[in-house]
Amino acid sequence: MERRDFLKASAAFGCAATLSACDSSSSDAKPTPTAPALTEEKLNWSACCVDCGSHCPVRVFSRDGVITRIESNFTTDDEYGNHNVRACLRGRSLRKRVYAPERLKYPMKRVGPRGSGQFERISWDEALDTVAAQLKRIANQYGNEAIYALGGPGAMYSFSNRGCLNRLLNLSGGYLGDYGNFSFAQYIKACKYTYGAEVDYLFGSSIAEMANSDLVLMIGHNPSELGMSGSGQGYDFVRQKQQHNFKTIIIDPRYTDSSLGKEDQWIPIRPGTDAALVEAIAYVLISENRVNQAFLNQYCVGYDENTMPADVPYSESYKAYILDNPVAGDLTAGANAKTPAWAAPITGIPATTIIELAHELADAQAPFVQVAMSIGRHSAGENNVRTAFMLPILLGKVGLPGTNHGGIPMAASMNVFNMESHAEAGDDANPVKKRISFFKFIEAVENGKDLTVLKDGVILPDEELDENGDGKLDTDIKAIVAYATNRLINQNADVNYSRKVLADDNKCEFIVVIDNVMNASAEFADIILPDVTYVETEDLVNQGHVAGDTATLVQMSTSVGPMFESKPLYEMCVGLAKRMGIEAEFTQGKSHKQWLDEAYAATQAMNPGLPDKEVMLKQGIYRKYLPNGAYLSNKAFREDPLANPLPTPSGKIEIYSERLAYLAKHWQLAEGDVISALPKYVPAWDGFEDEATRYDYPLQLSGYHTKGRVHSSYHNVPWLREAVQDAVWMNPIDADQRGLSTGDKVRVFNSRGTIEVDVKVTPRVMPGVAALGQGAWLKMENGIDKGGNINVLTSHRPTPLSKGNGQHSIRVEIQRA
Amino acid sequence: MNTKIQYGFYFDATRCTGCKTCQVTCKDRKDLPVGINWRRVYEFAGGQWTQNGDGTVNQNVYAYYSSIGCNHCSEPACTKACPTGAMHKRREDGLVHVDAKVCIGCGSCARACPYDAPQIDNDKGVMTKCDGCYERLAQGLLPTCVEACPQRALDFAPIEQLRAKYPDAIEPNIAPLPSTEITHPNLIIKANRHAKPTGDKSGQILNWAEV
Repeated sequence: MERRDFLKASAAFGCAATLSACDSSSSDAKPTPTAPALTEEKLNWSACCVDCGSHCPVRVFSRDGVITRIESNFTTDDEYGNHNVRACLRGRSLRKRVYAPERLKYPMKRVGPRGSGQFERISWDEALDTVAAQLKRIANQYGNEAIYALGGPGAMYSFSNRGCLNRLLNLSGGYLGDYGNFSFAQYIKACKYTYGAEVDYLFGSSIAEMANSDLVLMIGHNPSELGMSGSGQGYDFVRQKQQHNFKTIIIDPRYTDSSLGKEDQWIPIRPGTDAALVEAIAYVLISENRVNQAFLNQYCVGYDENTMPADVPYSESYKAYILDNPVAGDLTAGANAKTPAWAAPITGIPATTIIELAHELADAQAPFVQVAMSIGRHSAGENNVRTAFMLPILLGKVGLPGTNHGGIPMAASMNVFNMESHAEAGDDANPVKKRISFFKFIEAVENGKDLTVLKDGVILPDEELDENGDGKLDTDIKAIVAYATNRLINQNADVNYSRKVLADDNKCEFIVVIDNVMNASAEFADIILPDVTYVETEDLVNQGHVAGDTATLVQMSTSVGPMFESKPLYEMCVGLAKRMGIEAEFTQGKSHKQWLDEAYAATQAMNPGLPDKEVMLKQGIYRKYLPNGAYLSNKAFREDPLANPLPTPSGKIEIYSERLAYLAKHWQLAEGDVISALPKYVPAWDGFEDEATRYDYPLQLSGYHTKGRVHSSYHNVPWLREAVQDAVWMNPIDADQRGLSTGDKVRVFNSRGTIEVDVKVTPRVMPGVAALGQGAWLKMENGIDKGGNINVLTSHRPTPLSKGNGQHSIRVEIQRA
Repeated sequence: MNTKIQYGFYFDATRCTGCKTCQVTCKDRKDLPVGINWRRVYEFAGGQWTQNGDGTVNQNVYAYYSSIGCNHCSEPACTKACPTGAMHKRREDGLVHVDAKVCIGCGSCARACPYDAPQIDNDKGVMTKCDGCYERLAQGLLPTCVEACPQRALDFAPIEQLRAKYPDAIEPNIAPLPSTEITHPNLIIKANRHAKPTGDKSGQILNWAEV
């Protein structure tokens, strides 16, 4: 957008937000207008509730209902440990997001073909009547399991969040549930089968624990770009690094902003090949007798002849697999041993570098291994993560000061009343007991009837399973309720597939989108309900999962909202409940304010130091640095594994998983998909070694979280588009081969689609790999996405075990546009 | 020119992650349009890649950022280039300001400044630039960029105080910045481990589209 147009748009929306202040049609107009006296600026606390995992507080200054500026500092004393929680560029640009031309202002109904983006303004009554009637009709006609609800990541409130919708749907007969999510579906399966539980082991040691480490190894982990806020992981990492000067080795296809001199070594690696690197390190440790044999004997299952499950021979052990030698006690490498020489051409890392890295790890007193969620989002993602978890296990560096089992840094936490945890909002309260993978919902629209337990990971109640434990979902999704999410289209893999399936309103007969901007997903709505933005509502917010070592609670309030005809989700749900005949059950006879006050009281009961709400409305934030001290993962297990067994069947770390051996035999997997009892490097679809795609599409494309937005949130803020260019990164070697220079417009394409973007030639990405920030808004023109949305190129094929998103496995070719 | 106080900036390139919060918060304070960045963050990077015969690679890549507003120089090139006197250095605090009422929008100052600090507002036909958040200073606050920095990589104070507070900081003769001899900027920098000297050709600015 040209600057001039942008200014016009801003001015128009400034007026729309404050009709009284901008009204020039007053009947008693004076010949000489006098400048109105400025009213006092008001301060309200709000938060940036997007899904970066931080949820930073912002201080919203406004005058006459119009935001004048956003600030985040709140004390002049800024000592680390008692520091200000400073929002990053996204939070600081919030004003432009609130007054964006893309704001959804009124309820609307579709008037053209689905997906055409043609809408007409309607009243709230008509909108809610329609939604309630359609949900009722579809439940009656197809059963409640034909209703699917998704969303929440764009609005991380504690109260008016997706939990409201879940409660409403649960109280009205239920809906098709799901499991997993786009962030860590594969990762938590690796946790479950190695350590025995999902989310409990997603989180590892606190960043503060790095103070006790002499070597921090980050496998894909990138705190400076993911946890950018002034109380987030990025800040904690830099502080710990500068204070304690532990050696830092970063493994990533990109030279990320977590490097920039903070790295002692950057080891570029081809996307999706981390497991091959780890296996080669394992080979060095095993062949040089540098594994911690005592730890493996006592704490683990499946390493060697000492720890195999009953009836499983040594030849199935991890040691035999790495050495490719079925004879116990023989360290001779077989032809397929996972040697550094084997891993080098796969990973791109010279064998000598791999050997040195193995020695560094073996020599370290307290290696802190950080395994990013991203390595799970590959076509063999579960195995990538399980394999990466092997490093601290082989070294026996688990549960000791300064170490980490691999999990993402534990976020310091305070408890909060969260509507999603309300008893009536949970899966247990859902009368429908069928669930699908979160990543399968488009398939479930297209042909949900034929999705099965063993082929597609459908979860059915026991009574619907046959003698093999199999069964069909037996329903198609006929209605979708999407709240604060762009996952219908923009953020889901394979945009063209989603668009094709959802465009057919004979398949999914009704789609309601609840959001505050017109994005690619909202364009596919039949009814649009306008949500408030963060600054327009009262709610309570706690810090998210990458907020590092400072726990925060923010009491949000507003002097500027709700704007236009927007409403908080809770109030929309009350309107729907009324029309569905369950108003009394839904409201429990309480007003919105009573609910909020009770939520606050419940939160206060969980946090005895939390001031009263009246105080917090002024004070805004309540924070504590490491309220429970630094978390050290697996500490109790390490101290006494008998008294504190892991929640695995064996109570130990399961290198060899009998449960996975069972699934490997019984599940029906697509060709090339692997579920294995042992963690393994698996060359898989769209990976570096994929024969089916590597010749036509010679470049791997690494999707990353750009600093210029959060997923797709904030993409429509021009300040951010300017600050962080959306360009595909190419190494000079690859650019030269194609005659490309920085600023050239290129087409990035594969069999699934084509996008057009600028190219940025940079040594900060390795040869053979291009990189593109995910989340750009789709802008389809004649079949080509001019918006640069990476999901035009990603595959909707699920990963083998979690049936999750392998969205980082992408192969492409790039040519001048 | 003798000033009573000379304010200046401190920038810690070992902390900066190039997040641009400084740039955006400055725009929020003054509602600056796209195209005008009173504070900018330059990405300077270099290094070579070699491809080995076996599919592996070696490299010596580095990168670092420089967040630059106006350095409120002791010998500002902009004031010397200004034909009207609109661009001036304030005696009371050493801040370089532009008087919009006097400015004719000729752009001479912008062409003269080696830091790209003055930025023309074509719509209004006047030059604009970092004003050191003088009105915030009067309230006892720091400039908004300093207070916004999530990494605490910026500071602002009378330059002699900054020199005393940050003994490790050096004059910014660091690529991609020009030699300090030109304008005697009131900026000191804690250099990144990868910092290259002014004029270095092993690296280059990679983010012209963003500044």
